[in-house]
Amino acid sequence: MSNGITNWTASDDGLIEAAIRRGASRRDLLKMMFANGVALAAGSTILGHAERAFAATPKKGGSIKAAGWSTSTADTLDPAKASFSTDYVRCCSFYNRLTTLDKNGAAQMELAESVESTDAQTWTVKLKKGVTFHDGKPLTADDVVFSLKRHLDKATGSKVAKIAAQMTGFKAVDKTTVEITLASPNADLPMILALHHFMIVADGTTDFSKGNGTGAFVREAFEPGVRSIGVRNKSYFKDGPYLDQIEFIAITEENARVNALLSGDIQLAASINPRSLRLIEGKEGIALSKSTTGNYTDLNIRLDMAPGNKKDFIDGMKHLVNREQIVKSVLRGFGVVGNDQPVSPANFFHNPDLKPKPFDPDKAKALFQKAGVLGTSIPVVASEAANSAIEMAMVIQASAAAIGLTLDVQRVPSDGYWDNYWLKAPVHFGNINPRPTPDILFSLLYASEAPWNESRYKSERFDKMMMEARGLLDQAKRKQMYAEMQVMIAEEAGTIVPAYISNIDATSSKLKGLEPSPLGGMMGYAFAEYVWLDS
Amino acid sequence: MKHRIASLVLARLAIALVTAIIVSFAVFFATAMLPGDTATILLGQAATPEAVEGLRKAMHLDDPAIFRFLRWLAGVVHGDLGVSYANNMPVAKLIAGRLVNTLKLAGLTAVISVPLALTLGITAAMLRDTLYDRCLTIAIIGVVSVPEFMIATLAVLLFAVYLNWLPAVSFTSEIRTAYDFARAYAMPVVTLTVVISAQMIRMSRAAVIETLNTPYVEMALLKGASRGRLVLRHALPNALGPIVNAVALSLSYLLGGVIIVETVFNYPGIAKLMVDAVSTRDLPLIQSCAIIFCFGYLLLTTTADIIAILSNPRLR
Repeated sequence: MSNGITNWTASDDGLIEAAIRRGASRRDLLKMMFANGVALAAGSTILGHAERAFAATPKKGGSIKAAGWSTSTADTLDPAKASFSTDYVRCCSFYNRLTTLDKNGAAQMELAESVESTDAQTWTVKLKKGVTFHDGKPLTADDVVFSLKRHLDKATGSKVAKIAAQMTGFKAVDKTTVEITLASPNADLPMILALHHFMIVADGTTDFSKGNGTGAFVREAFEPGVRSIGVRNKSYFKDGPYLDQIEFIAITEENARVNALLSGDIQLAASINPRSLRLIEGKEGIALSKSTTGNYTDLNIRLDMAPGNKKDFIDGMKHLVNREQIVKSVLRGFGVVGNDQPVSPANFFHNPDLKPKPFDPDKAKALFQKAGVLGTSIPVVASEAANSAIEMAMVIQASAAAIGLTLDVQRVPSDGYWDNYWLKAPVHFGNINPRPTPDILFSLLYASEAPWNESRYKSERFDKMMMEARGLLDQAKRKQMYAEMQVMIAEEAGTIVPAYISNIDATSSKLKGLEPSPLGGMMGYAFAEYVWLDS
Repeated sequence: MKHRIASLVLARLAIALVTAIIVSFAVFFATAMLPGDTATILLGQAATPEAVEGLRKAMHLDDPAIFRFLRWLAGVVHGDLGVSYANNMPVAKLIAGRLVNTLKLAGLTAVISVPLALTLGITAAMLRDTLYDRCLTIAIIGVVSVPEFMIATLAVLLFAVYLNWLPAVSFTSEIRTAYDFARAYAMPVVTLTVVISAQMIRMSRAAVIETLNTPYVEMALLKGASRGRLVLRHALPNALGPIVNAVALSLSYLLGGVIIVETVFNYPGIAKLMVDAVSTRDLPLIQSCAIIFCFGYLLLTTTADIIAILSNPRLR
């Protein structure tokens, strides 16, 4: 920044802008800045700066190159198979979903005009009129039925087959109305339909490499493992897109990605490692965008085998994890302290009264003594596959060594980690991507029959509450139940969530309109249609 | 002599076929030993047993791996490299574009580095123990000791980030003019030239010095041959064998071993394709890449042998 404030960085700019978007008042912001130690006079100039940035109106035209971090020959334009950020970005630019999530995590209509139900079991989806696919075919109810139904076919290889399994009946009532019947009531359906995998494709599509959707950009080129080019969809049903063309590539090497941004070859570099921030921060012409979405790396202790079958061991570990230090030194401040449950502060249903367990080695030592594990060596499996897991393991290992517990950190390769160690080893690290609703998180991770039950947590009461809350259309009652369930997980399960990890995207400062989203970095991967170039 | 070369080429071809088959079996067993298969890798965290089962069936991965491999091998005999497991595209199509990129990079690097390395190596041998030779030796040992990712990264920082002369990554798809071409290839080619030249310079210098010490060169010197004629006419033909071998080895590296340079410059070449293939356990793609590397290597070494025979009167 040019106004001479030395302790002010571009990331703070992002923080203020995010606060304004959340609806913070001037007073809130000043309070925030006092907490950060910025003087009042400086504070008000910054406030003006951030407000100006927020108020600008989008301009049309221009083309950009943006780079994600993962690519391979397995890149796909089939939304059901989308597995990496690169696939998500491409699917978001070529297709649309029935709904999307706004920055507060609430469902907004996209292709749907309305998604309604009276009993949370039978849902009526009304489609917007006049939407067409890139090949000119109009969007109809049959396309929606086809797009959703294919997730139930095992041969599709859908990533969300489990979630889709609750949709048992699909009926095209008329050209623009679809009726979806669920196996049991679920009030979250509008949010579930916002998952990237539920993009709407044309009825009968078998070759997805054409990317024939209703999206803001029309596929011009797609080479798996190399690049994709999208050009403006002239008959797009929403405002925008603002850009004429977007080329999306992935530069897997983080250094190379940062360098490409610094040299002006690309205008957006996704997922910047906090280590590179010193290089970027304060550079003329570069802006940073931070979003804390609920991605986390957790330490999983299986409750069904030693040493996790002793509750004192797990409680001891929860007190042994120095969460502040992990946020400060491992994540370099780009994270929020976690409280051992999966619903992050970015989520509407987060329980703010559930405090993280304090770092207390003495208490941990007493608990370990009770569990009889002091003096033994406990293997902990960690891998690069789970973001920052190795560094976290080192922090925990050092705290353990100080009180006489040996943690034998076993570094294993990322290749095959999810297949061979995750969910299997007695004590291991996992990494969970953000999910839009507590129900998805709970049924995926904590229900007795959950496929990814990382600590083998089993509680009849929890299962019952989950089923009950799922069908509730009364938000306040649900919020209260979810709050209680978060406490149950934090107290009873064997998963330790030390921090929610923030994602940082860096852009050319000419690129405007990038906002944080609860579905992930790069505006929940959907940035392409919202960003614009300021000349 | 013609007969000799023809029989050598034929023998080499036979060996090449056998080698290729052995290599593909070795690659097959190595791949089979890796944990997981394409279905589990593609599903990643979402790999529940039912999901894996379903996808395997859909991708026809439920036959035993060895049958799938033998089927692929039979296809290759008919000129069909198969279909990639990961994205259902024909392997030939996937490889074609990448191979052209790799050959362009390798070719350009070879055209620059071979003459440069030979000139430097031979002149260093001629001017042995002079200041020129010593400086060159120190510089080469320095370059050999610095890993290529370091050279590449430093080059990017200097030329792309600070000076802003060149793009930090190679956008090969946007080359329209010769100027674009030069900009896109400058840094990768220079980095690779630096990396592979060092070895060639050392080898050619050593080989020429060795022949310069032989009695027949001394004889030529006593006859009154000029220094240039001494080296080029008398010493070089005999030294050519080891030199072309060193050149062939260095160039074979360009075919499959430039993964680091491809990664740093985000250059879509065949080495990265093979790494991708291994990480998704894409057997047809891995095998096809391995076979290409194998034949490339054999082609280069055979060419080196033929040149050595042609240049050496005693072998002729």
